[in-house]
Amino acid sequence: MSDTRPAWRSRLTGWDTIIAVLTVLVLIIASFSVENFGTSRNFTFMVLDLLPIILIALPMTMIIVTGEIDLSVASTLGLTSSMMGWLWNQGLSIETIIPLCVVIGAICGVVNGFLITGLGLPSLAVTIGTLALYRGLAFVVLGDGAVADFPWNYTGWVTGTIGDGAVPNVLILIVALAVIFGIVQHATPFGRSLYAIGANAQAAHFSGIRVARTKFWLYVVSGAVAGLVGVLWTLRYSSARADNGAGLELAVVAAVLLGGVSIFGGKGSLPGVLAGVVLLTALQNALRLEDVSGQALNIVTGSLLVLSVLLPNITTAVRGNWHRRKLRQAAAR
Amino acid sequence: MTVTSNRSAPTDAPLGNPAQKRAGNLLKTRELGIVLALAILVAYTAIDNPRFLSGQSIRDNLLNTAILAVMATGQAVVVITRNIDLSVGSVLGLSAFTVATMMSNNQDLPMIVAILAGLAVGAVAGLLNGVLVRYGKVPALVVTLGTLYIYRGITYSWAGGSQVNADELPRHFLTFANDNLLGIPWLVLIALIVVGAGSLMMRNYRVGRELYAMGSSPAAAELAGIKVARNLLGAFVLSGALAGLAGVLYAARFGTVDAAAGNGYELNVVAAVVVGGVAVFGGSGTVWGAALGALLLTVIGSALAVLDINQFWQQAIVGALIILAICADRLVAVRIGRSLRKRDAHV
Amino acid sequence: MAEANARPENRPAQNSQIKNDPTTDHSPGPATNETTQDKAAPPTREKAAQDSAAPDKQAAQEQQDNVAQEKAAPPAPDETTKPASTRPTQATTGTAKRDNKNHEPARLEVRNVSKSFGAVAAVQGVSFPLHPGEAHALVGENGAGKSTIVKMLAGVHRPDTGTLRVDGSDVDFSGPADAKAAGIAVIYQEPTLFPDLSVAENIAMGNQPLTRLRQIDRKQMHANAERLFRRLGVPLDPTRPARGLSIADQQLVEIAKALSAEARVLIMDEPTAALSAVEVERLFAVVRSLRDEGAAIMFISHRFEEITALCQRVTIMRDGRHVATEMVADLSVDDMIRRMVGRDLSALFPKQEVEPGEVVLEVEGLSREGVFRDISFSVRAGEIVALAGLVGAGRSEVMQAVFGVDPYDSGTVKVHGRRLKRNEPRAAMAAGMALVPEDRRQQGLVMDLSIERNVTLPRARKLARLGLLFGGTEREAAETWTRRLQTKLGRLSDAVGTLSGGNQQKVVLAKWLATGPKLLIVDEPTRGIDVGTKAEVHRLMSSLAADGLAVVMVSSELPEVLGMADRIIVLREGRVTAELTRGEATEESVMYAAMGQEVAV
Repeated sequence: MSDTRPAWRSRLTGWDTIIAVLTVLVLIIASFSVENFGTSRNFTFMVLDLLPIILIALPMTMIIVTGEIDLSVASTLGLTSSMMGWLWNQGLSIETIIPLCVVIGAICGVVNGFLITGLGLPSLAVTIGTLALYRGLAFVVLGDGAVADFPWNYTGWVTGTIGDGAVPNVLILIVALAVIFGIVQHATPFGRSLYAIGANAQAAHFSGIRVARTKFWLYVVSGAVAGLVGVLWTLRYSSARADNGAGLELAVVAAVLLGGVSIFGGKGSLPGVLAGVVLLTALQNALRLEDVSGQALNIVTGSLLVLSVLLPNITTAVRGNWHRRKLRQAAAR
Repeated sequence: MTVTSNRSAPTDAPLGNPAQKRAGNLLKTRELGIVLALAILVAYTAIDNPRFLSGQSIRDNLLNTAILAVMATGQAVVVITRNIDLSVGSVLGLSAFTVATMMSNNQDLPMIVAILAGLAVGAVAGLLNGVLVRYGKVPALVVTLGTLYIYRGITYSWAGGSQVNADELPRHFLTFANDNLLGIPWLVLIALIVVGAGSLMMRNYRVGRELYAMGSSPAAAELAGIKVARNLLGAFVLSGALAGLAGVLYAARFGTVDAAAGNGYELNVVAAVVVGGVAVFGGSGTVWGAALGALLLTVIGSALAVLDINQFWQQAIVGALIILAICADRLVAVRIGRSLRKRDAHV
Repeated sequence: MAEANARPENRPAQNSQIKNDPTTDHSPGPATNETTQDKAAPPTREKAAQDSAAPDKQAAQEQQDNVAQEKAAPPAPDETTKPASTRPTQATTGTAKRDNKNHEPARLEVRNVSKSFGAVAAVQGVSFPLHPGEAHALVGENGAGKSTIVKMLAGVHRPDTGTLRVDGSDVDFSGPADAKAAGIAVIYQEPTLFPDLSVAENIAMGNQPLTRLRQIDRKQMHANAERLFRRLGVPLDPTRPARGLSIADQQLVEIAKALSAEARVLIMDEPTAALSAVEVERLFAVVRSLRDEGAAIMFISHRFEEITALCQRVTIMRDGRHVATEMVADLSVDDMIRRMVGRDLSALFPKQEVEPGEVVLEVEGLSREGVFRDISFSVRAGEIVALAGLVGAGRSEVMQAVFGVDPYDSGTVKVHGRRLKRNEPRAAMAAGMALVPEDRRQQGLVMDLSIERNVTLPRARKLARLGLLFGGTEREAAETWTRRLQTKLGRLSDAVGTLSGGNQQKVVLAKWLATGPKLLIVDEPTRGIDVGTKAEVHRLMSSLAADGLAVVMVSSELPEVLGMADRIIVLREGRVTAELTRGEATEESVMYAAMGQEVAV
């Protein structure tokens, strides 16, 4: 059983380690067997593909650790993208629009947070509702048209690389945010409280942790980050559309669960999630290079999502059976 | 040696408990509320544009509701057991494409074969969901979110960019949607049968009551010796099979089927069920309430068109309705809780 | 493994038995006789073991010799290592033994079953029979493994080893449905009703009356429920939903369920905990009539007067092990308690006399609608104030409101004269308050988190440097306090759920003492922990008070209240009914105040 295993061994067999190793394996195998996978150009593309998933996954990890979920992130992204196009058409400057869009995302988060922590509604149902609501509003704002004439220096920065090398500019953003979120989650009292809330909200409350307030702010942050990603998405494709990022919530949730975060809350680490995101993106990238169609790729994403929860369950069940059999044998002896 | 409780509990309270009764009635009026909302909506729209009440308009509304109501029936059963099936839209797509391909290749196959094939495709998809939920102990949300993409992905990788056009399909298949029996379109008739049978099963048969019990208290259901595994698989198979049936109806009604058929339908189905008064935490709600929810959503959609309101509001309204519905459920629960607390007060 | 474990553990029990023997009702003759037999004649024992395993014989013979030996082996060590206590019973209560031989086999027999969860062995080698027409009590402290036994009989858990037999043949329940089919009905401590369904449906679930079309016959179903309620003498409306029923009514619905299933074995896990005296009497009347109709009853209760009133036989458990199965008539209540606890209860309460200091906590006119009303009291430094009363009197609720985890409607809470913000545990903590809550598993600890994280949870903010936490400081803080409380643990990084109940309680205490409180609220501090740790906790509380800490203790155990408290505040139905000093307080005066009779103070 786990309590008799030395710490290093349980760490080595931990889920996030397995995912990290798997990720490295996929990267290595793909660079050798898939044509163009290992090129610097492809690296840039991969980081750009990674960008929305990884950024939204940062707050999503915290939310799932507290035992909740936010399925509305992709719709928030779409709404901010729509708003960005609409505001741009109204003639606002891009410097005003970008912070405004982050605020719009945060407001979406405030609505989620209020419904969930203020009224005590189940987060799954609420965010399925706002998933439809925000996406619907995005279409109301922009219809099925697109706004494309964003200033080149901004769109260029998002797609560009540092000193025209292989390292994309956005990687700085990713690293900076990942470090901040990582520190907050793993080395602050706030981060500690998230795990306590997810594992036992009542005990957390009895320990003086403000459960509702903590969750509320997580939704606000999640909304704000989704808003930021809406901006980056729009700039990357130089196109503000209402259906931008549709279905991205699945990829994010899949990556987070793949990274070893328990859907029931209380367990998981950010490094594991980062590995999960990279694994997912690398797999999709490699398959796309192998000419597998984009929609068919969803089979992989969907399967990984289910497997990431299924496999740990199976191993616990097998381990339990093994333990019981051992007991029986010991008793029979 | 232990201090024991001798609290005199009010055994007579349950009989004379108006608060409880009122709360119960409030729940029962949920379906009535939808009917009322429908009536107001229809009246308002009809005053604005009397053509909204024309035979053709009503027929269109009913035909559009039929597919949604069939899926909502299955979804209601799953949600009543405190689960969810998000894969229904993808199952519809898979079934529609399978059946359309089958019919275009075998022009002489009778309609019943198409329906059975659709049911079978859906049942298998639903079975996989159920097995993963029950035996894999993976939450239904995760499973069906995953299979939502897996089933859609399968359809895409099979269809590629191709589509089955109306002119490739046999005539009897296409006319099925519009043919009438005693003046009622087949599509509507099938939906009525499904909703009726579903309601009957959930209300008057043991298995239906067991499904309610499972959603009302999963732990107690296990302890009561209910065959939870069998029932849960059954619920998911039913939801899948009905989504498969909806796929056949979809193909027959629209004639043109590609891999994107039914994309995003799950949202409307869940909305119909939740708006129809099925509590997201299971245990309460009715199948015919969910069907009413489906009707309401459809009528809202067509009313928007008639009233010349931006069509894009439709989805936002769906979202708002979902949130409104769960708020209403919550309100009722809080009110019941408060009245109970007052009743138990001896102070 | 199990065998090796069993031996040394059982030895003290054997010793205590020998020590106890003179105090029991048995004449010393047969007891000594039995003891010598134990030492001298293993063959007899073997025979006895085989004798009791008689129905097993056929099955055993069909198998290979060594397998048969293996099969017979488990009971044997049990017999040899079992404290001698069972022996005198068999000698003195020969009638019971004859019953076994002449009449049908036990309706249900638990044979040497063991069950462990992870590393925790919940039940080890327990055997006892349930005979038709007999009520059998199962007693033991919290955590003794009673509930695990219940769950095995209910088919929820499968025994790791050992067997269950119904009417003489082995059964293997793969789920509750199997147990139900075997005629076993279980009434759990917490009722297991379906809140959304009607009362009649709850009763009929699984065997609803059907019409010819196999539809549910609602009329018949309601009539059945009504008939059952009439038999039970309760005026419940069969059509109302189960949601919102009082615990007592829920319990009655559960009994109606068992009646409707025509159960042949009725297992009741503390069914009376929330019932009034009248309700208990009514329940017992029903149970007696069931018993006299030939049902086998298993009854779990902490109230010995109920056991003596209802049961013929009793099985005593301690720490997951079988201690004794005897006729109730042959045992005094003191005997039962002694065997449950494993030693005498004296010297448990080492309260030191302390001169109380300044007032730390002042509660004035605290009210919460429907829960408690107009509660006022104060606590001084160095004082231990106990809140006594019946379960449900509102004691925990008052203290949770004081600490801020629960809301209150009116009144004030002052610490050192400063008024506290309501509903804000952080303010209470900042003012130097700490609450060790009633429910360790749900409120006290986060079971999945490590010991160190649990200990540092309330003061993570204080341990942080520049807002950041490093493993070292947390570990250090956790280590200091777990060591000071002599917590037995493997590694601080282990999940706290792997510890025993007593050590978990120490972790909760460590968690709150580490915050350096001025006022410590402890709610049922010794519930479900072993006696040794109990004494440690009491000693700790006493020395903390001696150091000037103000302590408020909520406790349901009268000896604990009387032994530890300087002052006792008695609550009844949400109101203070008495405030007694140490000198005034007796078992009677506290109980009178708790039950509603006013005491002249």
